[in-house]
Amino acid sequence: MAPAPSPAAGRRIYRHRLPVRVMHWINVVCLTILLMSGLQIFNAHPALYWGQGSSFDTPWLAIGAEPHGDGSVGVVRIAGHAIPADGVLGVSDTGGERVERAFPSWATIPGAQWLAMGRTWHFFFAWLFVINGVCYVLYAIFSGHLRRDLLPTRDELRRIGSSIRDHLLLRHPSGDAAKRYNVLQSLTYLTVIFVLLPLLVIAGMGMSPWLDSVVTGWVGWLGGRQSARSLHFIAAFGLVLFVLVHVFEVLISGAWNQIRSMITGWYRLPAGGARPPSEKGNRT
Amino acid sequence: MSDTTRSAPPARKIVSGRAPSPPSRRQALRGAIGVLGGVGAAALAGCDRLSHNEGFVDALKSAESLSRGVHHAIANRRAMAQEFTEADVAAHFKANGTQMPRDADYQALLKNDFADWRLEIGGLVERPAAFTLAELRAMPPRTQITRHDCVEGWSSIGKWTGVPLAHVLGLVQPKPSAKFVLLRCADSMDDPAEGDSRYYESVDLDDAFHAQTLLAYELNGKPLPVANGAPLRARIERQLGYKHAKYVMRIELIERFDTIRGGQGGYWEDNGYEWYAGI
Repeated sequence: MAPAPSPAAGRRIYRHRLPVRVMHWINVVCLTILLMSGLQIFNAHPALYWGQGSSFDTPWLAIGAEPHGDGSVGVVRIAGHAIPADGVLGVSDTGGERVERAFPSWATIPGAQWLAMGRTWHFFFAWLFVINGVCYVLYAIFSGHLRRDLLPTRDELRRIGSSIRDHLLLRHPSGDAAKRYNVLQSLTYLTVIFVLLPLLVIAGMGMSPWLDSVVTGWVGWLGGRQSARSLHFIAAFGLVLFVLVHVFEVLISGAWNQIRSMITGWYRLPAGGARPPSEKGNRT
Repeated sequence: MSDTTRSAPPARKIVSGRAPSPPSRRQALRGAIGVLGGVGAAALAGCDRLSHNEGFVDALKSAESLSRGVHHAIANRRAMAQEFTEADVAAHFKANGTQMPRDADYQALLKNDFADWRLEIGGLVERPAAFTLAELRAMPPRTQITRHDCVEGWSSIGKWTGVPLAHVLGLVQPKPSAKFVLLRCADSMDDPAEGDSRYYESVDLDDAFHAQTLLAYELNGKPLPVANGAPLRARIERQLGYKHAKYVMRIELIERFDTIRGGQGGYWEDNGYEWYAGI
């Protein structure tokens, strides 16, 4: 038996309650399908603008095929500046053939260019996502999950500097400290839950011509309908960035332990105390 | 207490021999990536198969009536789409879909500058009628600057002048059994020799009687160009562009549209798009 660096290390704790786990995995399914069907919808007019209307000659972002030699190459243009992206964006392989389409078939639902079906998927899972999200927020508030697990304490906020340093050095808390979300983690979750996802939904609603009439001019608060479309796209990729970091952190902080805890609820507190990770290997 | 879930020491590069149980972090990771890749590819193929499964697509489409119901609950049937100023009007209003109907009957009307064109109104009405363009222009007009939102994602702002559909319906008097307004258009979407593919659309009576629903004959103060639907097009301002039928020839009041053509209430609806195009 190894001497435990902290009494808590190695102990299994019940970390994620059932409603949170179920809603987490519903979110994974919804957001994956929403992203991919959203890219399908984007492909129908692969250009983004600011304002109410489309200034067709001057999109701030455009993904397309541009003539090159006998054929064409895929190019992303941001504020007019060309970025080569052939093979993935603008022109990509579909069933062994080079096809002109903004996002490639492996990134869209359905795989073929099929706007009507993309919309059908998107709106069904948008409802599922919104209902799931509302349930989550209500649960988080009334179960105490928000206050207990997500809102950082004043003390944690004061030590945000060391948390940032730990993240950059890929150090992870262990023992008792691993029972709670760390301060950067909880601030990130709060930002995603209460800023990024609502922005995504509201910008999506801003594209609906019927919802435009709910309060005259409200789409203008987002900068106009084409701004809403741009914000919807940007927020979606903000979410992609969050997921990449989230999955990276899961992978480097004990992937199986983390994934298991989101499936069964049980999480084994990692050993290691407050010592730097370089000493970890010596204490078996 | 044994601690088998602890991370492998950094010096260990190659995992050889029998896998410890539970598996090391690295093996778990490699396995997870393999599994995820396989699951991803299978899921993609699955989504494509599901897109062709009638029952599944019908289930997905159940969201359409939810959207429509909720939208109608939070924006009442009289709520107005935003109107803009002259300064907001696009220099060039984008034309989409048919821009020059190929049909011989339309070409003949165009050659005569629509002098022989009539808007027929029939179906479930007390007094069927036909109006010339001059007669429609003599009716009380409405002008509005609105944003046209295409299902593809772009928007264009234009100034429309026309007669409110509500006024015309008042003249023909729909029967109580009428539930929808059907717009029949001049333009064939496919080769006319291969069967009837003329554009058509339908809206409910709430939309038909909405103050901003027009039969428009002018765009930006000039007679409606052919590319934008001359001589007459619909403006259904709180729905997407494909509802705004161009080249309108005949209006019918109907009780149901499931017996007409593809049964979905419009050309694009028959091709998989939503009948409720407010989203």
